[in-house]
Amino acid sequence: MTSELDIFVGNTTLIDEDVYRLWLDGYSVTDAVALRVRSGILEQTGATAAVLQSDTMDHYRTFHMLERLLHAPPKLLHQLIFQIPPSRQALLIERYYAFDEAFVREVLGKKLSKGTKKDLDDISTKTGITLKSCRRQMESCSVAQAGVQWRDLSSLQPPPPGFRDYAAIVFFANNRFETGKKKLQYLSFGDFAFCAELMIQNWTLGAVDSQMDDMDMDLDKEFLQDLKELKVLVADKDLLDLHKSLVCTALRGKLGVFSEMEANFKNLSRGLVNVAAKLTHNKDVRDLFVDLVEKFVEPCRSDHWPLSDVRFFLNQYSASVHSLDGFRHQALWDRYMGTLRGCLLRLYHD
Amino acid sequence: MPGKLKVKIVAGRHLPVMDRASDLTDAFVEVKFGNTTFKTDVYLKSLNPQWNSEWFKFEVDDEDLQDEPLQITVLDHDTYSANDAIGKVYIDIDPLLYSEAATVISGWFPIYDTIHGIRGEINVVVKVDLFNDLNRFRQSSCGVKFFCTTSIPKCYRAVIIHGFVEELVVNEDPEYQWIDRIRTPRASNEARQRLISLMSGELQRKIGLKVLEMRGNAVVGYLQCFDLEGESGLVVRAIGTACTLDKLSSPAAFLPACNSPSKEMKESPLVHPPSHGCRSTHNSPIHTATGSRLTQNFSVSVPTLIYTGMGSGSAGKEGGPFKALLRQQTQSALEQREFPFFTLTAFPPGFLVHVGGVVSARSVKLLDRIHNPDEPETRDAWWAEIRQEIKSHAKALGCHAVVGYSESTSICEEVCILSASGTAAVLNPRFLQDGTVEGCLEQRLEENLPTRCGFCHIPYDELNMPFPAHLTYCYNCRKQKVPDVLFTTIDLPTDATVIGKGCLIQARLCRLKKKAQAEANATAISNLLPFMEYEVHTQLMNKLKLKGMNALFGLRIQITVGENMLMGLASATGVYLAALPTPGGIQIAGKTPNDGSYEQHISHMQKKINDTIAKNKELYEINPPEISEEIIGSPIPEPRQRSRLLRSQSESSDEVTELDLSHGKKDAFVLEIDDTDAMEDVHSLLTDVPPPSGFYSCNTEIMPGINNWTSEIQMFTSVRVIRLSSLNLTNQALNKNFNDLCENLLKSLYFKLRSMIPCCLCHVNFTVSLPEDELIQVTVTAVAITFDKNQALQTTKTPVEKSLQRASTDNEELLQFPLELCSDSLPSHPFPPAKAMTVEKASPVGDGNFRNRSAPPCANSTVGVVKMTPLSFIPGAKITKYLGIINMFFIRETTSLREEGGVSGFLHAFIAEVFAMVRAHVAALGGNAVVSYIMKQCVFMENPNKNQAQCLINVSGDAVVFVRESDLEVVSSQQPTTNCQSSCTEGEVTT
Repeated sequence: MTSELDIFVGNTTLIDEDVYRLWLDGYSVTDAVALRVRSGILEQTGATAAVLQSDTMDHYRTFHMLERLLHAPPKLLHQLIFQIPPSRQALLIERYYAFDEAFVREVLGKKLSKGTKKDLDDISTKTGITLKSCRRQMESCSVAQAGVQWRDLSSLQPPPPGFRDYAAIVFFANNRFETGKKKLQYLSFGDFAFCAELMIQNWTLGAVDSQMDDMDMDLDKEFLQDLKELKVLVADKDLLDLHKSLVCTALRGKLGVFSEMEANFKNLSRGLVNVAAKLTHNKDVRDLFVDLVEKFVEPCRSDHWPLSDVRFFLNQYSASVHSLDGFRHQALWDRYMGTLRGCLLRLYHD
Repeated sequence: MPGKLKVKIVAGRHLPVMDRASDLTDAFVEVKFGNTTFKTDVYLKSLNPQWNSEWFKFEVDDEDLQDEPLQITVLDHDTYSANDAIGKVYIDIDPLLYSEAATVISGWFPIYDTIHGIRGEINVVVKVDLFNDLNRFRQSSCGVKFFCTTSIPKCYRAVIIHGFVEELVVNEDPEYQWIDRIRTPRASNEARQRLISLMSGELQRKIGLKVLEMRGNAVVGYLQCFDLEGESGLVVRAIGTACTLDKLSSPAAFLPACNSPSKEMKESPLVHPPSHGCRSTHNSPIHTATGSRLTQNFSVSVPTLIYTGMGSGSAGKEGGPFKALLRQQTQSALEQREFPFFTLTAFPPGFLVHVGGVVSARSVKLLDRIHNPDEPETRDAWWAEIRQEIKSHAKALGCHAVVGYSESTSICEEVCILSASGTAAVLNPRFLQDGTVEGCLEQRLEENLPTRCGFCHIPYDELNMPFPAHLTYCYNCRKQKVPDVLFTTIDLPTDATVIGKGCLIQARLCRLKKKAQAEANATAISNLLPFMEYEVHTQLMNKLKLKGMNALFGLRIQITVGENMLMGLASATGVYLAALPTPGGIQIAGKTPNDGSYEQHISHMQKKINDTIAKNKELYEINPPEISEEIIGSPIPEPRQRSRLLRSQSESSDEVTELDLSHGKKDAFVLEIDDTDAMEDVHSLLTDVPPPSGFYSCNTEIMPGINNWTSEIQMFTSVRVIRLSSLNLTNQALNKNFNDLCENLLKSLYFKLRSMIPCCLCHVNFTVSLPEDELIQVTVTAVAITFDKNQALQTTKTPVEKSLQRASTDNEELLQFPLELCSDSLPSHPFPPAKAMTVEKASPVGDGNFRNRSAPPCANSTVGVVKMTPLSFIPGAKITKYLGIINMFFIRETTSLREEGGVSGFLHAFIAEVFAMVRAHVAALGGNAVVSYIMKQCVFMENPNKNQAQCLINVSGDAVVFVRESDLEVVSSQQPTTNCQSSCTEGEVTT
């Protein structure tokens, strides 16, 4: 006796959260059944393995049919085939678009559309996430990037918590920020997402013009061009000295690593300002994080600055510029340094 | 020219990409009714076209309005080649033809293609203007209402229940016409869908005419079926019960209803638990007669089969002069009818007087080509024959009517088994004709039958019993005789006193049969039938005893014929009726007493059986009051029994206590284990596993013993097909396979629905078919309903407290009335006639924050929830309006089975699509639920080698509008908010 056909169709589509998770994680039916057995469900419910198998198959089939709709969340809301309560719909979408940080960390800053099979294979082996799941996450990222769906996704109630993270992913992908270099490996996805949010808030077009879509993922080109003006801070010898003395005066006695700071001030300042000046070129934008780590984080770390000292320094460093008489780009400086300060503090750890 | 049909095509959405180059579609729509076709403009390059067409007007006869479906075809315009069809929508406009139902059909319909399934949706508005036709020979029957519900629909009152109506129409099956060889599968499927739609329209119209002739205005318990006879044609047949119904809608009608709860009962006898001096009940032993016949008027008559244990009959007097009077009157009322049959399974209080038992008849026929579709005499004659037989069986049981009547067929190649079954009953004539007898009789009824046990009392003459039965005095009133076991096809009467809870009981059986042709085959089948029937009953009886129960309700026995086997599946809900005697246990007797180990084995089995009975009693909370056990003697030997019979003639029915002696201590039931087969049977009895705790199941409308339903419901369909390993199949192996299949299926259901615990699977409806040699297909449709466990616990007290319990529920009920009153007697009509009330609150996604930035206009209309249930009611809600019958037939075919996920993927998607289409039609009618939903057919055929599969599904139900009881008060104050959905839809219409 073999089962040829075995289905269950409810007027309200049944969604089993646990099975959904297994499906999203890319387990095959057999593996999923094994995992469910291990969870002790058989003992709890008194079911047999055959029942579990049939149940799992059924859910997988439903999810498979739903997947087409999940690729375009608004469709899920308006389709007639599956009657799913709104809260469940939201759950389906939220879970579908949830991602593993480990995976996203790998693809951060890469082109999202080009997730070649080999790349995914590598990521899968490296992170231990199943290939299927990698593929889904890659697709979700590109769905997100396609942008159209974003608005409707955001209209869902409640907005998926992963929403902000997607903003970061798309932002990084659009700007192709380099995150894969060895020296950046210590940074987590959370660090990058934090920076991305700051930059989206302050450095994009949407930041200045509220009429613009806040989902606009491009950096404000004009702003980047203007950043060249900041170069004067390091190019003008007098200005640089003045800046240094202002900072040193303010921080004397307050900094545990004062002498190191004093010795390094010019280097650090040059680094930070040069990073700004380089942002004009797309290619250099990509290296933003590499530069920040190389020019600021690493020197400080090698001198064993504690985080509190870094905070003091950065605060003073950006504030002192306001007292430089010869410098006319205060607003520009604030917009740049305000964001950068936040980013650097987040990036500064082991 | 009595009608004008107006159609407007508004928009489409989610259309499939038809032009690969542009990834877009140039869609237009053809609207066809009868022979007239209109077209919309082509809406270029869009997957969400906005046609916003003018009103297409069809001027048609009302006869056509009833027969024809409105056919909407969506096509992709192609300049160079033929236009490609995207899909179709068939809309049955019947609901618009009677005044109380829907006034407009408006909404999004899935566009359906028989090859691709659902491909996007289309928004359509349909209206009908009917002109008054004061005419003459009416061929139309507009205005007659149809209900699938097998009880008097809520919000109506039965003035007269006229009786049985039936009709059948035949035609050639387009699939088997010569032209089918040259046309595409799509064209063939569409021809079939259209034909069946036409035929059911015609059938419904003809039935309507009959109803008008009887001066009725509605058909209740309407059941329409298709027989796909293959080469020999296509039969569409329907049966129903003609009634004159009164709508309970005006406040005037409601005020008295609130004062006297019993009237309310009429309105919704099922939602409200029993009470209030209504006394419908049934009483019947099991009398199932099988007549199985051959073709050519050659009939094999099978002796009446009795399935009770050893009869130790006793006697008493006829029920007094009143009973006789009643019988006389009923008789005269019913004799005018050819077939005093009723398709209802639940009745207005007082309608059912006695129940005699199940009557059934089967007949084996050879199909031959239907030569003249206009004269379907052969098929008519076949059914007439069977009905006649049923009628005579009922007579034998001393009954003049058959209730809970249904008919079915099973076809394999050219052999067809026709089956009919029902419950013989004595009815109260009050409802059967205009109030001639009403006055005095009604009063006498009230006086004479105040008990809840009346229906259990035997209607037949015990001195002249049609079969040896085992009678005792009623355990409730102690005045009338009752059988020891009662089988019926109806629902448990609302006022019956039940001890404990009920449970689903199934008998399953397979019999191998040699492959044969034509007449030899028919003979073989008709020879097997009586044995199957006998065994099915034995199994039912055994399982009933094993559960410690004494009555079966909703019994449905399905015999399915296949190439090389016959399958029997009987489902029913077992209960313990307080009026019937406590069932005896099961005793096992070995046939070879010499063998010591054998003896031991037997006693071991016996112990197991006793344990199971004890366990079941505990599980189903069956604790009948321990009365007069002392005076009940041990089984009465045959000789004594006879003498008793003689003596009884002089007995008066008052001598209750003495007569109780006659009731043997019911150990009567002996199972003889004389060979391994019997052993297997006993084993299989014990393998049935009870549902996990928190679960109950039944195949009747509601679960006896549970009355505190909460509002969560989940209707589902589950299908399983197994392939038997063809190697030396034996009956035992087959039985085991079949048993496992059903048990596993149930287990799966329990597992799937575990999140709803505590819940009850109601109306569990199993259908077996044998699509191919080694395939068995089982289809189950049921609804899971949650209930309140805390209250349930209260009801599990001892039966003595039961009556108190009953009283308290009565009180609760009374409390509900004011609530209903306030909604129903609102000034003017609480709900504007249009579809203001339609949807039970737009889902939260709909309102909420929609930041429609660039969304298409349709985007803000969320899909309203449409509930589906096989029951006639929705727990925790009140049905305010019936919108018309839903009767839909779909064919789906694929030539890429593997790509669609194999057979499971294919059928899963198809059933989901069918649900979606039903929901869409209901929503378009302005409804928010389908009640009495039934999947009448699910014919699945596959050819994996060719990567092909085909499936036909036929579903029906009643579209309704319901309001949550908890919302009732709110509605009056918040009326504007309820209009949310309708304003949305109207918004769509105008944009």
